[in-house]
This record gives sequence, C-alpha cells and structure tokens, in this order.
Amino acid sequence: MSMPRRIETIPIAIGGWAIDGLAYIGGLAALTGRSAYFIFIGPFRGERLRPQRAVHQAFAAGVEAIPIVSLILFFVGLIMALQSAYELRRLGAMQFLAGAVAVSILRELGPLLTAIVVIGRSGSAFAAEIGTKKVTEEVDALRTMALDPVAFLVAPKFLAMLVMVPCLTVWADFMGIVGGGMFGVSNAGFTIGSYIQATRDSIVIRDMYTGLIKSALFGLVITAVGCKEGFSTGAGAEEVGRSTTSAVVTSIALVILVDLVFTALFYFINPT
Amino acid sequence: MNDGGSNEAAISVVNLRVSYGDREILHGITFDVRRGETMVILGGSGSGKSTLLRTLVGLEKPTSGEVRIGGVNTAAISEREMDAIRKKMGMSFQGSALFGSMTVGENVALPLREHTDLQESTIRIMVRIKLGQVGLGSFEDYMPSQLSGGMKKRAAVARALAMDPEILFFDEPSAGLDPIIAAGLDELILNLKKAYALTIVVVTHELASAFLIADRMVYVDRGHIVTLGTREEFQASTHPRVRQFLDRVPEPEVTDELDYLQMLMGDSKSAKS
Repeated sequence: MSMPRRIETIPIAIGGWAIDGLAYIGGLAALTGRSAYFIFIGPFRGERLRPQRAVHQAFAAGVEAIPIVSLILFFVGLIMALQSAYELRRLGAMQFLAGAVAVSILRELGPLLTAIVVIGRSGSAFAAEIGTKKVTEEVDALRTMALDPVAFLVAPKFLAMLVMVPCLTVWADFMGIVGGGMFGVSNAGFTIGSYIQATRDSIVIRDMYTGLIKSALFGLVITAVGCKEGFSTGAGAEEVGRSTTSAVVTSIALVILVDLVFTALFYFINPT
Repeated sequence: MNDGGSNEAAISVVNLRVSYGDREILHGITFDVRRGETMVILGGSGSGKSTLLRTLVGLEKPTSGEVRIGGVNTAAISEREMDAIRKKMGMSFQGSALFGSMTVGENVALPLREHTDLQESTIRIMVRIKLGQVGLGSFEDYMPSQLSGGMKKRAAVARALAMDPEILFFDEPSAGLDPIIAAGLDELILNLKKAYALTIVVVTHELASAFLIADRMVYVDRGHIVTLGTREEFQASTHPRVRQFLDRVPEPEVTDELDYLQMLMGDSKSAKS
C-alpha cells in the first residue's frame, strides 16, 4: 500500500471506531429504555412485572455484597485517613482529618469503589448468566414461548440494581467513615464523639446526594453493559468467558467516564 | 386419524430467503405443511435446515419471501403480533433449553403462569398432566441438571405442550441420545400426533427416525429444497444428493486446489447472485 493510501485509511479507521462506539452506547440506551418500559409502563398495560425476580437479584447483587463492600471501604477509609494525615500533620491541621476523609469517601470513593465491587460481582454474573442462557438456547426458548427476554431477564436486574447500588453505597460511605474514624480516634487525637461531630460539620447534604446520583447511574451502566455483553455472546462456552471479561472491562471504563462527566457537571452547575 | 392430514396448510412457506449478514443461507424455499401432518425436514449439517426451523418459529427474520402461519405472514408482523402466534406454537430445542434455575415442574408451569390467569392449583394439575404425557409424572420437583439427556428432552416437550399448541416444532429430537432413548422419543412424537392431531415439524438428520414419524418429508440441501414428498416418494427419489444422503455416501474429498477455492468462495458468490 502506498503512503497516501495508508494515510487515507486513518480517518476511515477513526470513523469506524467512532461509529462502533456510538452504536454500542445506542445499544445500551435501547436496552435501558426497553427495560424502563417494562418496569414503569408495562405493568399499566397488563404486562406482568416480576417483583420476585427483582427481589432475588437484589439479594444477590446487594445483600450478598455487603461483607466485601464493608471490608474494602473500611480499609480505604483507613488508608484515606493515613494519607490525609501525612499531609495534614505537616500543616498542623489534624482537625481537618475527619472532613477530608468524609468528603472524599462520600463524593467519590464510596460510590466508585462500590461500583467496582458490583462490577466484579454482579456485572460479570449478568454477562455470564445471560451468555450461558444464550448458548444453551434458553433465550431462544423464552422467545418461542412469547416471553420477552428483556422483560424476563433484564428488567428485574435493572430494578434491583437501581435500588441496591445506592443502598450499598450508603453503607459503603458509612464503613469508609468508620475506617477513617478508627485512625482518627487512635492516632489523631479525636474522641469518638468529636470525630462524629467533626464529620457532621464538614459535610453538606450535597456531598451525599451527588454521590448517590452517581451510584444510581453506575448501577444502570453496569446492568446495561453486563446484559448487553451477555446477549452478544456467540456460540460456545469460551464465548461466555469472553463476554464476561468484556463486560467487566467495558463497565469499569464506562463507570469512570460517567463519573468524570457527572462530577464535572455537578462542579460547573453549582460551584459552591 | 388420517395419515396425511387435511389439505389445508398450517404453515405455508413461499420463496423464503434468509441471510446471516452477507451470507445467504436459504435461497428461496417454498413448501406447505398441512394441518395435522408430521413434516420432517431432512438435511445434512450446514444445509440450512436449522435456519429454516428458526425462521418458522420467528427467531430469524427472512430477507424476503413469506412464512404464513394460520394465514398470517409472520415476516411482515411486529414482535407483539408474533407473540400471539407463538402462544399457539410449541418448540422443543436440540439441547432441551430448560431453565436451569427452575424445577422441571416450574419450567412447564412458566408459560401458563405468564400467559394465563389460571389458579395456581389448576396450573399444578396441568403440569402433572403434561409431565405424565411425556412419561415424567414423578419428576416434577427435580432440577433439570438431575435429569438424563432423554428425560430433559421429554421435559422440554412437556413445556412445549403446556399451552396446548396447534403446531409443535422439534429441533433434532434424537441428537445426542442413544438409539433406545431416541426410539422412545419417536414413539412419544407418534403418540402426541395420535392424541392431539397436532401439526408437527421435525428437523433431523436421523433417517430411521424420519421414516418412522414422517407423513411427508422435505430434503434441504445447501439452502434449496431438493425433494419433497411422502416416505415412499422420498425413498424412490433418484436425485443424486438425496441418494447420497440415503445411501450414506461420503462427500468426495476435495483434491483440486481450484475446486477447494471454489468451495470456499461458493458462499459469497451465491450470496451475490
């Protein structure tokens, strides 16, 4: 291939990636939209919502994640306190420790780390479950029984995740602050009471709800990606592995992207 | 029960073409399945017979042509309208496709629970009846993973029968089963036909099974229909591909490199034509 020809292919490749990327996002939006229909509109048109399936999913994605989320956020809270103390000690501003930990956990680390744990536990499980059902023709069986696979498999997951990821995040935030408090009380001259008071003084309600809005969005992204990757599984067992991997990698990337976009949005909308 | 069914068409396929991407799998297929008859679709691996079945049940959309089920062209209707037709069809998949997280009984009950307003007690009775019909009366509370291959297929048939369908589809009912279990499944298909006057469409490559259950057979080869007729007509066919299939003659090995290239290119060429 000649040099000019080779240069010509570059914009073609970039255009191709861009179109593929947009098509992927469009696919996620379509899946989310159809699930939203089955959750919010379908029940009023005589289509059945499956609350017991959503409860089952909520248990698997939310309740069973509590131990690992607790452990991780407790340690991360502790780490944040140690790292903040390193800098605050030099400035002689140890009284700001509780605030530094609380704000970073509530606004960023709680939602993000919870999302990462949920990706590893549930996003991958969604892709593997739907992928296996695709390989074993269970998805086709649903369709031949006049049952919509999105209504049956995806909508309950969305409902469960939309509720459970923010709930899990609230718990994660609490555990992170407990982790920070552990260091604060043992090494930074706080009492339990004064640490709680310092935390309460340093956070505003905004810190809480921006984190929770983000975590709800993360839940949607994780579900959409996991389910979409599951449905795009080809034939064969190794394909299930491929879609699981791809669900985890894509979810992490998209969660970080959504995090950036919304953090920027919150910053510029109301820069107080 | 008359052997050939009535002359009214339950399924009518007209000039059906189906493609996966650029690759055309079915190149214009036309045939009828009469009400009450058992039609066996025969063909080698990769002949397009499974694609044909998937298109009949609405899992694949045709690129052109018509599939008329009960007079409605399913190629031109929405998913919602297709669902109404699907409720009158049952399909038994090659790998049984039972839902692994539910018991056998729950699998059979699923379409009833989702599509009807029957009382739970009625559904339980119906599930027992359906499982009894396929010889799995006492396996209601087993998980699919606890069943053998043949039993799974029977359970899948019970699930396909749950909504009292008018048309029953089977994808490779005897694939992966030993001859005795496979014969049992053939027996089951014959019994269902006798009991319900069902229209049955079976895709298979098992000749013995095909000749036992079929009223009429259609032989699909490389996306075309080669022969269509009764067992006797089929047996007497002189078409070289059908004879090769019936007499189990292996495909001649490709020795010429150009022929091999032709074979590899064949698909893309026929797709364009």
